[in-house]
Amino acid sequence: MNTPGNLKYSKTHEWVKTEGGLTEIGITDFAQDALGDLVFVNLPEAGDTLSVGEAFADVESVKAVSDIYSPVSGTVAEVNDSLLDSPESINSDPYGAWFIRASDVTATEDLMDAEAYEAFCEEEAAKE
Amino acid sequence: MKTVFEWGAPGRRCTILPALDVEEQLPEAPLRDAAPRLPEMSETEVSRHYTELAGQVFGVNNGFYPLGSCTMKYNPSVNEEMARLPGFTGVHPLQEDETVQGCLSVLRTAEEYLCEVTGMDAVTFQPAAGAHGEFTGLLLIKSYHTERGDLKRTKMIVPDSAHGTNPATATMCGYDVVNLASGADGLVDLEALRAAVGEDTAGLMLTNPNTCGLFEKDILEITKIIHEAGGLVYYDGANLNGIIGVARPGDMGFDCVHMNLHKTFSTPHGGGGPGSGPVGCKEFLAKYLPGHRVTGDTGALRRERAEQCLGDMRAFDGNFLVVVRALTYLLMLGKEGLPEISKNAVLNANYMMSQLKDVYPMAFDDNVYHEFVITMEQSVKRGGVSAMDIAKTLLDHGMHPPTMYFPLIVHEALMVEPTETESKETLDEVIRVMKEIHEEAQRDPESIKASPKKAPIGRPDEVTAARNPIIRYRFGEETN
Amino acid sequence: MGTFVVNTEQEQKQMLAAAGKSSFDALFATVPDSVKIDHLNLPEGMSELETAARMEGMAAQNTVYRQIFRGAGAYHHYIPAVVKRVTGKEEFLTAYTPYQAEISQGVLQSIFEYQTMICELTGLDCANASVYDGATAAAEAVKMCVEKKRTKILVAQTAQPETVSVIRTYAFGKDDPVQMIAEKDGVLDPEALKAALAEDSACLFVQQPNYYGNLEDMDAIAAMVKEAGAKLVMGCNPVSLGLLKTPGAYGADIACGEGQPLGLPLGFGGPYLGFMACTEKMMRKLPGRIIGETKDHDGNKAYVLTLQAREQHIRREKAGSNICSNEALCALTAAVYLSAMGPEGLKEVAKQCSSKAHYLQKVLAEAGLQARDAKPFFHEFVTVSETPSSKILEALREKGILGGLPLNEKEILWCATELNTRQAMDEVAEIVKEVRA
Repeated sequence: MNTPGNLKYSKTHEWVKTEGGLTEIGITDFAQDALGDLVFVNLPEAGDTLSVGEAFADVESVKAVSDIYSPVSGTVAEVNDSLLDSPESINSDPYGAWFIRASDVTATEDLMDAEAYEAFCEEEAAKE
Repeated sequence: MKTVFEWGAPGRRCTILPALDVEEQLPEAPLRDAAPRLPEMSETEVSRHYTELAGQVFGVNNGFYPLGSCTMKYNPSVNEEMARLPGFTGVHPLQEDETVQGCLSVLRTAEEYLCEVTGMDAVTFQPAAGAHGEFTGLLLIKSYHTERGDLKRTKMIVPDSAHGTNPATATMCGYDVVNLASGADGLVDLEALRAAVGEDTAGLMLTNPNTCGLFEKDILEITKIIHEAGGLVYYDGANLNGIIGVARPGDMGFDCVHMNLHKTFSTPHGGGGPGSGPVGCKEFLAKYLPGHRVTGDTGALRRERAEQCLGDMRAFDGNFLVVVRALTYLLMLGKEGLPEISKNAVLNANYMMSQLKDVYPMAFDDNVYHEFVITMEQSVKRGGVSAMDIAKTLLDHGMHPPTMYFPLIVHEALMVEPTETESKETLDEVIRVMKEIHEEAQRDPESIKASPKKAPIGRPDEVTAARNPIIRYRFGEETN
Repeated sequence: MGTFVVNTEQEQKQMLAAAGKSSFDALFATVPDSVKIDHLNLPEGMSELETAARMEGMAAQNTVYRQIFRGAGAYHHYIPAVVKRVTGKEEFLTAYTPYQAEISQGVLQSIFEYQTMICELTGLDCANASVYDGATAAAEAVKMCVEKKRTKILVAQTAQPETVSVIRTYAFGKDDPVQMIAEKDGVLDPEALKAALAEDSACLFVQQPNYYGNLEDMDAIAAMVKEAGAKLVMGCNPVSLGLLKTPGAYGADIACGEGQPLGLPLGFGGPYLGFMACTEKMMRKLPGRIIGETKDHDGNKAYVLTLQAREQHIRREKAGSNICSNEALCALTAAVYLSAMGPEGLKEVAKQCSSKAHYLQKVLAEAGLQARDAKPFFHEFVTVSETPSSKILEALREKGILGGLPLNEKEILWCATELNTRQAMDEVAEIVKEVRA
């Protein structure tokens, strides 16, 4: 499992990167592996409001659909439309395949660093 | 197989129509630039193409089809003969009532039978399928609350074992779905239900026997809890085959029901439709029923709108020719034949389960009704074969597999519904095959995982199909 | 009594014992006694022969007309023999939804071919595997257009009343607003449309040909709808598409309609066939089953149910529609019909419908029933006269002819198809003359 040290992680398996005033959000390697081959993604529109813990997108595999939850409250500034044409990039490059960039972030949930997230994933895997 | 577009040649045709006997006159409006690219075929080719396709279709009249929750029983031939009578097929839906007394008799008689079977007071035949019936039933409930001005009832309770159509239907009716977690016994958890109801409860949608094949033994308490909270209870008739003639939803406290004529009442599924999903309700809801009610006396039957008719679910009076088939079946079986359905459906399921439970782990291994659920969870955890692998191996034995991966509350589920129209020797053969597959799965799991081997195609690549959808034939000049 | 249970009583007893059950009662042990019934209050069952006689008796109580001049949403067309033979095959008839692709290639391919034919007829990119009927197709189509800021559904008053009623019923579920756009001279009033279109308009549903058979000025309507940023949903008669400019060519976002004219009998209203097609952009909003082409693991061509994550069995309360079945056998029927007719045959049916309807309008006018609207039309039109509609229709009925649909005591909506002969139309005109004399 790949867990870059420069990112923060949520308990619902999103990763967060803050850079240049924008907060980039995607899903982790652990998440993409658990979800299997992704075939489509439903994305929000720029300008939509984000709230901590609420779904802002969903991803489809052949037999399932899964919500993606926002680790922050704020506004959607940019959307990665290229995922619409190549949802497989979420599987092949989860940390490159960002979903959205958020601005005006007013709240952020308690996020984990890479080490804590890896431990969290191990626990999750053991529960299964 | 060639597609229909690869058959024929320019200029080939069937000779169907006579020459035009009046002056040609086209509409005075823009016409299409180019003809649609339909095949140009002789009748020989049309017949051969579709016969070839039929060779790669498996119907219940071809063989055993234990698709759980789908009630794939044998479709009697007489039903088809009756549905093809010119006295039924040649009738326009907007003919005057006095010229369609036979059709109205069919609807009236079928309504009487279905009311008696479900314990309801009125039935509409307008819904075209089960999901369409659910939509109708929930709109009845919505009409009831709306008329009373009880607009705070915004929540519909749906057990997590329910068919996906239940929550989807609730959303279509504007309700927020409250997912009710089932108890470990696969039944509605009464405490959880009590905690879920309130002033905002519009109703509960329930399948009984439920999708685990179990009868909700606390059904009277369940319906009482909902009614006391001011909600109504909807019966999803998907599993009516398990209790028909033995117990009735109307006596259990349900306020409205849908039935699937294409499940319980032996009409063919047609590869996915047409079905028919009539909805029955108690008297207090009958005034909202959609479409027409058949009223009046024999010989002078009429179509009339109910007093506060909620509208129309579709045009005209439903999938009439499907109702003709179902009525044929109802008339033939009658009072003694109908209870024989559920008794033998439940017997066949219990018999099969009793012979298989030593080798296949059952999600619930007692008091099952017309279907039972195998779980391959342990096998998968050990790295062994999955529910999918078993299903695909059954294809190689000329059998349609059970329903896979449903209900969602059972992991690696295989849901088996043998129905009452299968013989003991068919069941014995299936039991033998399933035991053989189990043995092979222990000995050589990789072989099972590679199945099917004898079907016309191997397992299809569904990921590519969904990522790059090709949903129509690409004619020569197009590339993807 | 009749039965389709296979096992004898003796065998049933053996199986009960093998299952460890003492009796049938033991099988139903968890049903509370208070809800068990000891008998059904119904007539006794019958043999097949008796049942058939009873059903045939009911069929005989209906009037089957030798000539039908009534349409209004259900159309009397010739059904080629090969269509009935092919679609009566038990494999097609008795299969379930093709969940197991490996043994269902035949039905999957037939629907894939049907989807292609619907795309060809409508001039659009994508089609689904069908829905219940034309009216529900329209209701599902307008629902596809509702967005966060565009919620209002505009519906042309000139659409079939049953379709409008179904759109309203579906909209009642979600409390979506529906606004009717008035008609003028038998077609949609462009001024009313202009006034209604606004930033909150989700779409316009308009029927071509409309309920009165008239052809709407679609170019103008499409331009207005597009300019307002709303979606255009066209309800179409599939036979007319053998001849008329396609919804795709008009720039429609969705086309839908009643597929019954393509080989399905009148059957007192059903089963029929709702077809739906849309632009590629809207593909993932299409409700219901969609068949896609792919390959199996050995590279063989294979068809599968695809884009399933849109659907209720996966998306549950978040699905756009609850539909799970389609009208597969009816879709197959339409596909076989279109194969048998071919492009020329379909065009010929459309041409004959149009020509005969124009002839009928002419002879009725000569007999004193004037055309109500001076508009281009396809195969239906409205007449107006002071002679009570009921009187005319009664006179026709006595001769075994089903006249047009009475809209009121002055107006009748007539329809002609390839099944109406010149001789029969002349006869209708004669009867009308006699009634008026």
